[in-house]
Amino acid sequence: MAVDRSDIAKLANLARIAISDDAADEVANRISTVLALVDQLQAVNTDGVLPMAHPLDAVQRLRADVVTEPNERELYQSIAPAVQDGLYLVPQVIE
Amino acid sequence: MHQLTIAELVKGLRNKDFSSVEVTQHYLDRIARLDKTYNSYITTTPALALAQASAADKRLAAGNAPALCGVPIAHKDIFCTIGVRTSCASKMLDNFIAPYNATIVENYLDSGVVMLGKTNMDEFAMGSSNETSYYGPVKNPWATDCVPGGSSGGSAAAVAAHLAPAATASDTGGSIRQPAAHCGLTGIKPTYGRVSRWGMIAFASSLDQAGILSRTAEDAAILLNDMASYDTKDSTSVDREVPDYTATLNDSLKGLRIGVPKEYFGEGLNPQTAAHVEAAIKVYESLGATIHSISLPHTNLSVPAYYVIAPAECSANLSRMDGVRYGHRCENPKDLNDLYMRSRSEGFGDEVKRRILVGAYALSAGYYDAYYSKAQKVRRLIKQDFVDAFQSVDVILGPTSPSPAFQFGSKSKDPVAMYLEDIYTIATNLAGLPGLSIPCGFVDSKPVGLQLIGNFFAEAQLLNAAHQFQQATNFHQQTAPGIE
Repeated sequence: MAVDRSDIAKLANLARIAISDDAADEVANRISTVLALVDQLQAVNTDGVLPMAHPLDAVQRLRADVVTEPNERELYQSIAPAVQDGLYLVPQVIE
Repeated sequence: MHQLTIAELVKGLRNKDFSSVEVTQHYLDRIARLDKTYNSYITTTPALALAQASAADKRLAAGNAPALCGVPIAHKDIFCTIGVRTSCASKMLDNFIAPYNATIVENYLDSGVVMLGKTNMDEFAMGSSNETSYYGPVKNPWATDCVPGGSSGGSAAAVAAHLAPAATASDTGGSIRQPAAHCGLTGIKPTYGRVSRWGMIAFASSLDQAGILSRTAEDAAILLNDMASYDTKDSTSVDREVPDYTATLNDSLKGLRIGVPKEYFGEGLNPQTAAHVEAAIKVYESLGATIHSISLPHTNLSVPAYYVIAPAECSANLSRMDGVRYGHRCENPKDLNDLYMRSRSEGFGDEVKRRILVGAYALSAGYYDAYYSKAQKVRRLIKQDFVDAFQSVDVILGPTSPSPAFQFGSKSKDPVAMYLEDIYTIATNLAGLPGLSIPCGFVDSKPVGLQLIGNFFAEAQLLNAAHQFQQATNFHQQTAPGIE
């Protein structure tokens, strides 16, 4: 399936990636090429086949509901650009 | 000293032929002098390496040190390393210093292994040529106008140029085996779940697996002994005993049933590459193996299935790179959406953006069933092909890549041409099986890789088959031109 400029604009917004107007056609072309490749899947009969999400068909392990990690707040905050009173400071983005 | 294998380094350190500090300093000097040519490292850690080497020498002197104590290796920059930049070759993480070690890094630290530095790679492991790194492309030591393969191209070039005796790597669709093939090395991708993925920056979580690039299968076996472990921190890690992979290296191959899939020898395979693989089959026959023609009928669907599943998982995994929690943040955002948009747009390279968009498309309402769910069904068919094949054979053999290393820029304009580089390697990731590449010849003075695929958790058998081939041939002992 081919995608056009408006599809790219919608996808880019969903993925929070800005695509400039100049680049939109080229991106649309390149993604259409990839989608043409994956369209080969449509020709395969998969009736009755279960989707496979994990190579080993593993199930999620359970563990006791207890805290196992030590408190590493200081270590983790040591790499942050800005912290104050144990909190991370981020740019103000809400007026 | 840089000609020594890991096995020889282990022995030399025990015999006090040299100290860990001496070996480490030797490699650090080589990297400083020669890596301008190859660009195989993103970050070197000389002070840390020498401190680790000095500590290793003390453990060796005290006795009872683990086998790998004092051996220097390099880590792919996809593995988190405490206190050291872990960039994943992206502008996004250019300033990220991990506050913890990946489990495999920790395993090697426990063993006294010395870290020389962090190797270059395709950005977020997305690429088959190592041309998408924010830190520039890596050059293939065998032909510096050619790519080393990707995404573990820095690890491969570092080992091939003798700037590290071995390196860690990761493989989502062939990213260990394809650079091993292009750089004349041994590369093993273990069974999914055999090696912890904790602390390995995720690209496509159901496909990613850590592994090794080394000069010999024996070295890969020694290194895998310490890399493989059950890890409660990784919910996909498998609770299964790790065998001693070196114990069975010398077993006879008499009676080993090798399957050769006809689909791996079709259109697109370089004829000279095919000839070397055919010659390798004869070597295996002379070693007592029996050869069986088999079929993996859904092989041609592995690339299309992969290019739905991998981008879908990558679009989810990379959503955490939002300018708030990790890495690059844009200047003066006007609102939250602008912060996300510009941070991601400035931080990610073109190939990463393309894959995120394809993934967002495949997962979006209206297309989920047609693309993602369909690809997951085809994935089961691909796995079933292997399950059926392993009813009658022990190991599957074929080429690793369709042709030897290609020139820079020759495939980067056409994503599909680049994606087809991994046509023989992707299926094992989709199925979760272990795969290995070893050198089996040269075309135009560039190495050719032979791929061996094993059944689930049959790494020991793969390494045995690879080691026996290397006892009978000398392709793995050849050195790239110009490497002193």
